[in-house]
Amino acid sequence: MSDDREHDGQTFVRLPTDPDDRIHEDQPTRDEVLDWWDERFGIGRDYLADYTFWEKGRGKVWAFHADTESPVRVEGLGMSVLRTRGDHWKPTTNAVQRFGHRAERNVIDLTREQAEAFVAGEDQEVPWDGDWGYLIATHDIAGETEPLGVGLYLHGELRSQIPKGRRRDL
Amino acid sequence: MEVLDRYEPLIDDFEAFRAACERPLPSVVRVNTIKTEPETARAALEAEGIGVEPCGWHAGLFRLDTQPGANWPYYHGWLHGQEEVSVVPATVLDPDPGDRVWDACAAPGSKTTQLSALMDDRGLLVATDNNLGRISALRSNAERLGVTNVAVTREDARNHSLKPWEAKAYDAALVDVPCSCEGTIRKNPDTLDEWTLEHVEGIAGTQKGILRRAVQTVREGGHVVYSTCTFAPEENEAVLDHVLGAEDCRLVEFDLPLDHVPGVTAFEGETFDESVRKAKRIYPHHNDTGGFFCAKLEVTG
Repeated sequence: MSDDREHDGQTFVRLPTDPDDRIHEDQPTRDEVLDWWDERFGIGRDYLADYTFWEKGRGKVWAFHADTESPVRVEGLGMSVLRTRGDHWKPTTNAVQRFGHRAERNVIDLTREQAEAFVAGEDQEVPWDGDWGYLIATHDIAGETEPLGVGLYLHGELRSQIPKGRRRDL
Repeated sequence: MEVLDRYEPLIDDFEAFRAACERPLPSVVRVNTIKTEPETARAALEAEGIGVEPCGWHAGLFRLDTQPGANWPYYHGWLHGQEEVSVVPATVLDPDPGDRVWDACAAPGSKTTQLSALMDDRGLLVATDNNLGRISALRSNAERLGVTNVAVTREDARNHSLKPWEAKAYDAALVDVPCSCEGTIRKNPDTLDEWTLEHVEGIAGTQKGILRRAVQTVREGGHVVYSTCTFAPEENEAVLDHVLGAEDCRLVEFDLPLDHVPGVTAFEGETFDESVRKAKRIYPHHNDTGGFFCAKLEVTG
């Protein structure tokens, strides 16, 4: 394993297609990332097929709608979309706002009042009889169902995962 | 404002120009077509009681009767607050989906994200800036607007490296350079307080270096758009004149559905190549906007 394939926090490394090419033991493969979006949210592999997936630092996955030679040392490459450290992979707010309109499961639609609390960063009791864990929260605006961000559903409560800088009082 | 008196010989209706410079600027948003369509964004704004007036020359631009940041469509990344003339250069470059494009002075990303939308968020868009704080703003705007085809680099654009990008030339480049910002006086009334001719002449050197590098990195037949938000010919026509002599490129005509006048061929004893008349000057009294300068070059070698 050459030095330039290891993470130094500044370098983007394309996710391997072959598990044997992983540069650390918990690095996901491209297939695992595509399968996760499909299994968790029903966002099909076809929809994300033109993306290349990259890791910068351990467990932070970026989606790039172009390609170049790996590794590459730059400030950003597409969008940070997924955190894969730990047992439960977590999508980013920006990723679900970009891809979430394609989701077919683990989507919780909120009323206008619930949506206001959600984007203000508040936790709230919301009825939900599906899986616990990370959900895509949506609401209706101008005739569209639009993703708001990621909520963590546990014990009858939807915990807003909107980052502080993106919270709004609307 | 006295600084602007030096441009009186260039401007037909100087009183109208001065009066426009003293008025505040309308609040304008660009609809982000990566995430929505102009009609949907307009419906969402009007549903919140926000007054929307379309800008006639561009289907995705609205003048609002309030500040743009605190509403649902903005939260969703459907809108980006962007001054009307700031929309001009990416519109003139007009890249196609799948192109390879360089945005040489990208932060905070208004034009970068517009380029991505014009590319349908497909193809390589390299966005360069040399300041980490400004790059942070660029990245957060790009992510809120859902841009996924942009690669952000921190470097001096004059020494931009193609190496990370498979050493292949670009199809197009946008060179919206740092400038003395005289044309933003309606947004920042104190912008001229620290104006000096030395600063203008110094920054013109940087502008020449960045535009030269852009011409070098674009393939033959590809286009480079050069723009500033300033009136000073030292930073506009003089930069073009220099690069026309130093690199393989020529100025080309382009359409612009906003009132404007041609580039000037002489100022304060200096003369410039006749072809700089193909560049366009937009003064604040022309369209009730900020001031702007825009030129389109074709790479010939």
